[in-house]
Amino acid sequence: MNPLIPHLLLAVLLFAVGLAGALARRNAILALVGIELMLNGANLSFVVFWRFGPNPDPQTGLMFCVVLDRRGGGRGGGGAGAGVAPVPAPADHRSGRRGFVEGLTPEAAWTLSLPGSG
Amino acid sequence: MSPVFYFLAALTLGGAIAAMSLRNPVHCVLCLVATFAGLAGIFLGLGAQFLGLAQVLVYVGAVAILVVFVLLLTRGGAGEDGPRGGRGWRSGVAVAGLVGSVLAVAVVSGPALGRRAEPPPLPSVRDTGLALMSDFVLPLQVVGVLLTAAMIGAAVLALRERAPGGAPGRRGGDRP
Repeated sequence: MNPLIPHLLLAVLLFAVGLAGALARRNAILALVGIELMLNGANLSFVVFWRFGPNPDPQTGLMFCVVLDRRGGGRGGGGAGAGVAPVPAPADHRSGRRGFVEGLTPEAAWTLSLPGSG
Repeated sequence: MSPVFYFLAALTLGGAIAAMSLRNPVHCVLCLVATFAGLAGIFLGLGAQFLGLAQVLVYVGAVAILVVFVLLLTRGGAGEDGPRGGRGWRSGVAVAGLVGSVLAVAVVSGPALGRRAEPPPLPSVRDTGLALMSDFVLPLQVVGVLLTAAMIGAAVLALRERAPGGAPGRRGGDRP
């Protein structure tokens, strides 16, 4: 059997599981985790096509992969640190608390937003 | 296919399914770490050494730990999801199953995938670096600009909380 097929099936299953989680989970952070899983499935398909595809220039596929991967890291950092930040805001706004999350100082938010964005 | 691939695939898929179906969000993120580690192993097995190590550094090291931090600091880990058999669960799983089955049928019945292609010789990490620095310099710079914009955006979002001249930790001025 072509070794492409089991790898691609694994990528498809990862994507489907991530899609199910992103659609079904009500917790915003876990929905982001589902999107992360979908990204990883796409990454796997890129690597597999780079490895087994008839593409004569193997570096291009790897380059796309690296771009996607780094973008995923930047999105995960910016997403987990900053993108999640507006999500709890409406729930806290009703009770008149601070917008981000109770007990999280701006310094902590700053620290959170740093590591993944580089 | 080697049994190592099947072991890693089972680890990856089991971690993903557990991460999306467990009730406790902290357990979900720990299963996510297992998924990322399995994927890194698969990348290494495919010969993409740089990408496998970047997967370990970026995903296992940074993203997963960051999500754990966000969960614990925002007390998002205290909130449990609703009942698993709810309408949102059923429709989400149905849509994902539909999409996944369509993609799987496309993969299995694709005419181009039946041919067995000769895998190209493996480039080393040195070749990757040389290609990045010669042929792919422009994409590399664009990625650098993108990451810089992301970092500036994160700094702006985090610093907006500080009131001008006020004590840190209090949001003032924008609320009457």
